[in-house]
Amino acid sequence: MQRIRLRYTKRGRLRFTSHRDFQRAFERALRRADVPMAYSAGFTPHPKVSYANAAPTGTGSEAEYLEIALTESRDPQKLRELLDESLPDGLDVIDAVQARTSGLADRLTASVWELRLDGVAPEDAARAVEAFEKAETVEVQRMTKNGVRTFDARSAVVSLEARAAGGEDGPGDHPCAILRLVVRHVTPAVRPDDVLSGLRVVADLAPPVPAAVTRLAQGLFDEETGTVTDPLAPDREADSSAAAQAPAPEGPA
Amino acid sequence: MSESVFPQLEALLPHVQKPIQYVGGELNSTVKPWDSCDVRWALMYPDAYEVGLPNQGVQILYEVLNECEGVLAERTYSVWPDMEALMREHGVPQFTVDSHRPLGAFDVFGLSFSTELGYTNMLTALDLAGVPLESKDRGLDDPIVLAGGHAAFNPEPIADFIDAAIVGDGEQAVLDMTEIVRAWKAEGRPGGRDEVLLRLAKTGAVYIPRFYDVEYLPDGRIARVVPNRSGVPWRVSKHTVMDLDEWPYPKQPLVPLAETVHERMSVEIFRGCTRGCRFCQAGMITRPVRERSITGIGEMVEKGLKATGFEEVGLLSLSSADHSEIGDIAKGLADRYTEDKIGLSLPSTRVDAFNIDLANELTRNGRRSGLTFAPEGGSERIRKVINKMVSEDDLIRTVSTAYGNGWRQVKLYFMCGLPTETDDDVLQIADMATRVIAKGREVSGSNDIRCTVSIGGFVPKPHTPFQWAPQLSAEETDARLEKLRDKIRGDKKYGRSIGFRYHDGKPGIVEGLLSRGDRRIGDVIRAVYEDGGRFDGWREHFSYDRWMACADKALAPHGVDVDWYTTRERSYEEVLPWDHLDSGLDKDWLWEDWQDALDETEVEDCRWTPCFDCGVCPAMDTSIQIGPTGKKLLPLSVKQPAGAPGGHSH
Repeated sequence: MQRIRLRYTKRGRLRFTSHRDFQRAFERALRRADVPMAYSAGFTPHPKVSYANAAPTGTGSEAEYLEIALTESRDPQKLRELLDESLPDGLDVIDAVQARTSGLADRLTASVWELRLDGVAPEDAARAVEAFEKAETVEVQRMTKNGVRTFDARSAVVSLEARAAGGEDGPGDHPCAILRLVVRHVTPAVRPDDVLSGLRVVADLAPPVPAAVTRLAQGLFDEETGTVTDPLAPDREADSSAAAQAPAPEGPA
Repeated sequence: MSESVFPQLEALLPHVQKPIQYVGGELNSTVKPWDSCDVRWALMYPDAYEVGLPNQGVQILYEVLNECEGVLAERTYSVWPDMEALMREHGVPQFTVDSHRPLGAFDVFGLSFSTELGYTNMLTALDLAGVPLESKDRGLDDPIVLAGGHAAFNPEPIADFIDAAIVGDGEQAVLDMTEIVRAWKAEGRPGGRDEVLLRLAKTGAVYIPRFYDVEYLPDGRIARVVPNRSGVPWRVSKHTVMDLDEWPYPKQPLVPLAETVHERMSVEIFRGCTRGCRFCQAGMITRPVRERSITGIGEMVEKGLKATGFEEVGLLSLSSADHSEIGDIAKGLADRYTEDKIGLSLPSTRVDAFNIDLANELTRNGRRSGLTFAPEGGSERIRKVINKMVSEDDLIRTVSTAYGNGWRQVKLYFMCGLPTETDDDVLQIADMATRVIAKGREVSGSNDIRCTVSIGGFVPKPHTPFQWAPQLSAEETDARLEKLRDKIRGDKKYGRSIGFRYHDGKPGIVEGLLSRGDRRIGDVIRAVYEDGGRFDGWREHFSYDRWMACADKALAPHGVDVDWYTTRERSYEEVLPWDHLDSGLDKDWLWEDWQDALDETEVEDCRWTPCFDCGVCPAMDTSIQIGPTGKKLLPLSVKQPAGAPGGHSH
């Protein structure tokens, strides 16, 4: 059995796809692409797909991950192209590696998010970020199935920076601030909207329209450099060292 | 006017439930360049996206129109109240999900009404679009509002709101209409809105309500319906597509991202039904029977599965086991797709042992959970009245085979309030269910079997032999259902194995009012809409009290009331509101069949016995088209799996 790990996106209007919706769409794409899926046992067999840490409905993402199990080997790059073509535009498969290591989910310990705040002056955003960073804890509330839950949105945040939107993503004639957030995956999860709630708590920052939120990356948080690393890198490295030892590598590079 | 409203809409999406239903982008959806087309259709199924998207009628017309050069079709669905409120607050108009154009920018706004309970949703869409609710108030640039679907066979209750109605099969009809609209536009829209409608009316194939006047008798009944323009025909005919193999739609079914009520590759294996069940409007108005060939079905399934990746195939029709080659179809498909874990389903099957073999075939790789049958009536006598020719012994034989083959649950569908029905007819349902359980326990040797009785109120429909029948009042329906429930619950030995599901009689009264209503009902619909009525097919949104209050007020000036439309029996002479819409059925034949019903006389199926002169074939110049063709579904050639390793295999 071959296991392949894929990185995919939720872009544009398809960021409103819920995780359940994505699962159905992905399983159908597997069928259309005739991928030789391994199935679970039981009365209603399901294709073996493991999803990790999906972004909330309504937030875009450049870095979602999943793993599939195949009964026959396939070239990861060709498989990526096929699945990408088979999925609607916006749900794009942008990377694929054969799984050579265990514990993909364990390597997803932090995310980098971008929050676009249309109608918010960059100075106001910077002030709010400063207040947030200074605070020891920032208590926020969120509605959950079990009612309102109160928790700290501060300690999971590794860094938070504000800048003015400019260049290609320039706002035109109205103010627009962009936040870059690095947050650790903790329990309960601290989501970008929790950090926005936090900014409202500490500095009364209230964007006039909903923030456009995109996950730029997720992976292992490197404590030394303070960066989030590519979670597929270890598989890629194991793959290339395996290829280097092989007597006669075949096929496309 | 025709720009995308998506930027405005996008800001609202984070605040509504299930935003994905409003963004479009479904696999196999089509967005054609706006300016490259001169006739633009907006198609609506007037219910929530999750119900509307899978609708076959809309998907068929969407593809047929989009395949046409210079024509585009986009889809729109009813928005939920949370979205409606935000759209009103922010001035966002009703939009299509394909390119998010405002509804008002299209040339034709076509609505498919499977049920009358979508009428208030039509008004919501029009109002959100900024299109005047009533036909008489619309201007040159407003879309032509067109109704189709089964409910359009009596469009009179919505006559004020629609500009046109098409009855029958839509495939060729929408293309013909497109040509008329295209020519009128190319000529510079001479004569304005009236002229294009007149050109449509003169074909005799499109009903334009404003070109007919309705005159009433002092007692409230209709005196006559007369054309008020020269060249407008007295009656408008239904459309019938004859060779289904020529119309293999949908070829590329839509695959939604949002979850919907039916997610499967559906193929209509035949259209029409001549079983002659007297309560069944669909069976009456879709005659004659036209089968799709076994090879045509095989091809559609294969292409459709490739295009969608669906994991289930549904073989649709009004009575799927009646296809002349259903055995070969089921076996052929089951053989083809064993490896692919594709499930097959056959909705709407009759009660006979043959169907168990078929069901076994369809589920040979899967689980045998439940089988559904529809005896419709509880007593032998009432089944004769409704012409549902199945005896209780047939049923017991059938379920006995089912339980013997490993099925554990049988669902039985019934109706309450059928013409001539008494309490006793309904109470016999309980006896039937206990016999089913007793037989099941005996055959399976297990007590772990169930039978679910599902029952709802009968609503008499236009163009059926029961169009003259009195509808049972909501109170009497509920009382009868309560007696049945008590009898089932009171059965110590079997009661716990029998599930009982029922719909109360109130929604049926509103459906009855809308089904057999005339133009005076338009004021009721409008009043209900203005009072907040939406999504009447949804229990949590439907308000019986609101409908009754609005009806009392709106109908009082006319000297009629809800009972007059629902529980009143009509006489032979009465002009019915839909008489000028020609379904092909001879009204005298329908009347004879109504008399036969009262005499408990059954009528056979004309596929296997001589013609009974229902009138359809000669009137519509059509004929029954059935097999067998003698062809078989051959195994498909060995698939070359896509993405097979190139360099690594040998």
